[in-house]
Amino acid sequence: MGTKRTGARAVSRRQVLGGLAAGAAITGFPHIAGAQAKAIRVGMPTILSGRVAILGTSGRAAVQLAFRQINEAGGIGGRTLELVDRDSKGRPDEAAKVTRDLINNDGCEIIIDGEASSGAFAVHEVIRDLPVLCLHTCSETSSLSADPKLHVKTAFRCARQGIHDAVAGGTYAARIAKEKGLKRWMTCSPDYAYGRDNTAEFLEFAKIFEPSVEVVDQVWPKLFAPDYTESITKILQVKPQAIYSALWGGDLVAFIEQSNLYRLFANIGFFSGGLGDPPVLTAIKQLPPGLNTAYRYNRNYPAKPANAAFADGFAGIAKHEPTNWAWQCYTACLFIAEALKRTNGSTEGARLAAELKGMKLAAPFAVDDAITMRDTDHTIIGYPVAWGRTVPKAPYVEDFSGVDWAKIVELETQWKKGKGYA
Amino acid sequence: MNLEALAACLSSASCAVTQVSTALIVGMLLFLVTSGLSLIFGVLGIVNFAHGAFYMLGAYLAFTAYALSGSFLLAMAAGALGVAVFGVLFERLIMSRVYGRDILMQLLVCYAMILILDDGVKLLYGGEYRMMGMPDAFALPPVEIAGGFVPGYYLFMVGVALAAGLALWLGINRTRLGKIIRALAINPQMVGALGINTTLLYAGVFGLGSLLAGMAGALAAPIRTLTPGMGVSILIESFIVTVIGGMGSIAGAFIAALLIGFTRAFGAIGFPLFVDGMMFAIMALVLIVKPSGLLGREAA
Repeated sequence: MGTKRTGARAVSRRQVLGGLAAGAAITGFPHIAGAQAKAIRVGMPTILSGRVAILGTSGRAAVQLAFRQINEAGGIGGRTLELVDRDSKGRPDEAAKVTRDLINNDGCEIIIDGEASSGAFAVHEVIRDLPVLCLHTCSETSSLSADPKLHVKTAFRCARQGIHDAVAGGTYAARIAKEKGLKRWMTCSPDYAYGRDNTAEFLEFAKIFEPSVEVVDQVWPKLFAPDYTESITKILQVKPQAIYSALWGGDLVAFIEQSNLYRLFANIGFFSGGLGDPPVLTAIKQLPPGLNTAYRYNRNYPAKPANAAFADGFAGIAKHEPTNWAWQCYTACLFIAEALKRTNGSTEGARLAAELKGMKLAAPFAVDDAITMRDTDHTIIGYPVAWGRTVPKAPYVEDFSGVDWAKIVELETQWKKGKGYA
Repeated sequence: MNLEALAACLSSASCAVTQVSTALIVGMLLFLVTSGLSLIFGVLGIVNFAHGAFYMLGAYLAFTAYALSGSFLLAMAAGALGVAVFGVLFERLIMSRVYGRDILMQLLVCYAMILILDDGVKLLYGGEYRMMGMPDAFALPPVEIAGGFVPGYYLFMVGVALAAGLALWLGINRTRLGKIIRALAINPQMVGALGINTTLLYAGVFGLGSLLAGMAGALAAPIRTLTPGMGVSILIESFIVTVIGGMGSIAGAFIAALLIGFTRAFGAIGFPLFVDGMMFAIMALVLIVKPSGLLGREAA
């Protein structure tokens, strides 16, 4: 017993001394340690497992591609960018936890938030407490950046958002409805918050632009439902002229394949907010021609060599075409790199945020010259919000038809006033 | 509630045909899965909570075989027989060790198998959804019956499920082997005393129940997206069917599966916001009126 106690005391003393030294190094000189580090660590909480893992895996591949290109071009003043990713499994509590860990324990100085909306709001609140620079790259929920009560000084959204898509979708749908006389509409969207909100916003703007649009019925299959037969046969009974669907991912693939068995799209116009993602388009074995879809990503739109180069580079890493989340994550990396250059490598959240406000970036995906990070509400504009029509073979979607961003911004402003956001 | 629409549908031949076909499509696939679950429970007294994962395994095996061979027949065989073999191995190597043990132990073993199979699929195929695609032979316009439309593949699917159900019923009720299996369910000691290899029979019955789940998965593969964990939703519905039809009753499973199919098909017209609620309401009603299920044996 005595020997043990003596030994324990000796080890304990060393441990105390070592611990004090380590503690001083970590807590006493964090800035020096950061400045001397070769790499700038960028944390990425995202979803890497489960049914929507492609959101995280494709976003991560895009960040890997961007960082590789930035580092090969000399990095940021000689310092490289290093990605540290963590799987939140799609759980908001886990997203908040891993974000705190990334900042506090893994030494990450910037966060690329690759969470879906529920997780993004959780990450947003962490950034309020730990004000490093954060770019949300997947959440499309408008209030995240539109609601001034939620404003966080160092948080930005580098992703499409619902209100922009609703204006663009409503404008496009109204035009097609007018051209083809589509008056009787149905909807088939997943029965949860996103499905219902997205559908309501689409219909709101479609009716504004084409008042003859009438919703004759709505079906709400469960999220992740394996079978849509009863929804499809209900649509057959109601006989609408057009359908809008907010289904996405594997659910949308199953719906279209099962609808094909009934030749549902032979006489009914189909409008989808989620069909334009290349992995969805390629998963459908018999993609019907002429389905209307919002742009999610396409290597031919915008028709720029840099866009095609991005698609090739991404496919080299991920072994499939880019997703919507991929171009958003890639663009976020470009914003981060540009902000770091302007601060001469300083990773201080407030300084980076000041540079990002109003920044115009000649990204490969800019509809005109640049994608702008709007200074008023920290969100991007000028990205592709076009709609196109499907063709059975690559490039799967053609005839993209864009909407003037000035018009989108004007209607967005009215919408914000209506919501009490402006 | 939209009872007017429901009445209008019932009075229209085209609507009635389409919705009845929907009920059969939904019900028959459910019956295939549930009949396997009921068979295993009826004979072995085991609730195979991993049955949904076997359905998933059947779908992925069919997907793989179809991708390699391009033959849907081979895909069906791979899905059904592959899962049957897996079921026999699962019964012999794992489940047989927990016979007679606490049901929580059996639940734990089955849950472990679900996790292993889900992660195995994730490792081999990735976490993303997969689609097998419709075989060319079935990529045809839907068949018109009295103004209603029924896809050719669904006719095939319903036919296969009915044939499998009929073969199972005949096998259990009209053959000597079936008589032995029924005896095994009632008094296994007596069957063993007569010199019959009950171990082999247990494994065979477990394999047959698994085959039905695998066959259902293979039939679903061309029309449903394949994802790890896809067996969970069908397992929940299968338990509803099992409870309504009666634990261990194949005929009860058939009636209950049709009942669920009709509820979903016509509920989508008449009470679209209460379809799932109605399924559980029917189950609750059966539990109150006849706790053993429609055709289940009363507890001694």
